Amino acid sequence: MKKRWNIILLLILAFALVWPYVGPDYQVYLSLSLFSYSIALLGFNLLLKYVGLLSFGHALFIGLGGYTTAFLTSEFHIPHMEFSIILSILICAIVATTVGFICVRYVKIYFAMLTLAFGMLFHSVLMKTYHLTGGDEGMALERPYLLGIDFSSMGTIEFFSGPFYYYNLGILIIATIIMWRIVHSPFGLCLQSIRDNPDKAKSLGIGIRKYRLYAFIISGCFTGVGGALMATATGHMDPGMVFWVHSADLVFMTLVGGFTNFFGPMLGSLIFIYLRDIITSFTEYWRFIFGALLAVIVILCPGGAMEALTNFFKLLVGKTKPGEKI
Amino acid sequence: MIIEAQNIKKYYGGFCALDDVSIGINEGEFASIIGPNGAGKTTLINILTGFLKPEAGRVLYKEENIVGMGPEKLTKLGITRTFQLSAIFSELSVLDAIKIAVISRQGKGMRFFADLARDKQVHEQALEVAELFEFTDQMQEKAINLPQGKKKLIDVASAFALHPEIILLDEPTSGVSTSDKHHIMQVLVEASKKIGINTVVQVEHDMDIVFSYSKRVIAIQQGKILADGTSDEIKKNEYVVSAAIGRKESFTTFRDIMAAKGQQGA
Repeated sequence: MKKRWNIILLLILAFALVWPYVGPDYQVYLSLSLFSYSIALLGFNLLLKYVGLLSFGHALFIGLGGYTTAFLTSEFHIPHMEFSIILSILICAIVATTVGFICVRYVKIYFAMLTLAFGMLFHSVLMKTYHLTGGDEGMALERPYLLGIDFSSMGTIEFFSGPFYYYNLGILIIATIIMWRIVHSPFGLCLQSIRDNPDKAKSLGIGIRKYRLYAFIISGCFTGVGGALMATATGHMDPGMVFWVHSADLVFMTLVGGFTNFFGPMLGSLIFIYLRDIITSFTEYWRFIFGALLAVIVILCPGGAMEALTNFFKLLVGKTKPGEKI
Repeated sequence: MIIEAQNIKKYYGGFCALDDVSIGINEGEFASIIGPNGAGKTTLINILTGFLKPEAGRVLYKEENIVGMGPEKLTKLGITRTFQLSAIFSELSVLDAIKIAVISRQGKGMRFFADLARDKQVHEQALEVAELFEFTDQMQEKAINLPQGKKKLIDVASAFALHPEIILLDEPTSGVSTSDKHHIMQVLVEASKKIGINTVVQVEHDMDIVFSYSKRVIAIQQGKILADGTSDEIKKNEYVVSAAIGRKESFTTFRDIMAAKGQQGA
């Protein structure tokens, strides 16, 4: 079974590599969002799947990453993407430490509400500090240097479906590998013990607040990197990216894709981004349809699209018979 | 004395759960705490293991006051416990649950990038404990899918894997059928010998288990020590035994109810 998954992953990777050559430009451009959301969701789901904490304010970190990159490229004229990413990680780590210090004392709805509050606090700050952030008009981002190479002579489409596409893909792969290692480390197992039974974890010598805080910091850093890339791809950053609705979008993607699977949120962001694109071409009420979709998935398949897909896959390879409980 | 509680007082609101309780457990002892429901047995365990803070009194572990230290810290000093309601990690496998204890003991919890699957030290030591507790065929089984008795044993096994110096078991056989109880206790005693856990304190309701395994019995009632002595002494003390298990009371109440019903029927 494990081998089969490896083959599937390799096929997906191969497809991702040739996609800019075969796909329509616009669809290729959309996959940039897919990559950056996937990175952000890796962080988000570390909290949800492994620590059992639902953050409702993770757009805060997307905002931190995005605005850091915006300030660096537009205000300070430091266009190096790597520098933006590293600074985003640092800033997210600092903010996550302070916010997390307060939030991880609480669990469940209280944790969700507190993170929501901090997200909205940052949103208000962005709106009010008009002279710095441009308020609700936001900030424009300049095209970055990738690995020290200046691509300013390149056309927009060529840049986004060429160097920047592969740059994003590369970061996503690195982020996925790092997160995979974290969740399969002793630290990752301890996080799961805290999720399942905090008191028992305590009795085994696990300092639950410390572990939750570290997980929160790691989570924030990943989401910040996603934000930095997201803002660069859109070329624009505004407080809407930090608004609670955007946090809810992250929750939505994770639930639709399936939070119980490591790769579930990635599938969720794929569904979210492309489905939204399709639906908005018919109607502006795409959230209405998404709401219905979420309801259907939560009722029929709580494990999300990933669960449905793996079950279907298991049926295909004949591991289980139809109708049998998987 | 390895652990000693001195003049412990604990209140839940206005209710006094423990009233000036002092007990000392000697190294190498297997002691049982008995008492009716609500006597304060679990509260005492919670205080000894740092899960609760007493309003007054001291807890000495090897002559050091440990009141105010959390359970994480006490675990590192060599005190650990199990829970009355089987405390399991429902989504984790048996082996993983034990691995967490081994990771904690070896101080590897903060290894973010180490590949746990390749950590032979952790794996082998967890395996050893799992085998002591007869999990050989269920290593990869999720805890939630196991029967009640096995769940209890995961709780105990993971606590044992910490290699504590003293372990406090809160009803290790509750919720288990009478026939399985002795088996669980035998496994437990055998494992504690092999791992080298000298001092065991258990809360237990089953008098048969209490008298067969422990040399010392401490009876608590309404937050006070009712009796403390060898199991032979306590066994002879009918008053203590009936108070501890509430037998006399419940029998008389039951008899009264039945008698009343009989009269109604007639």
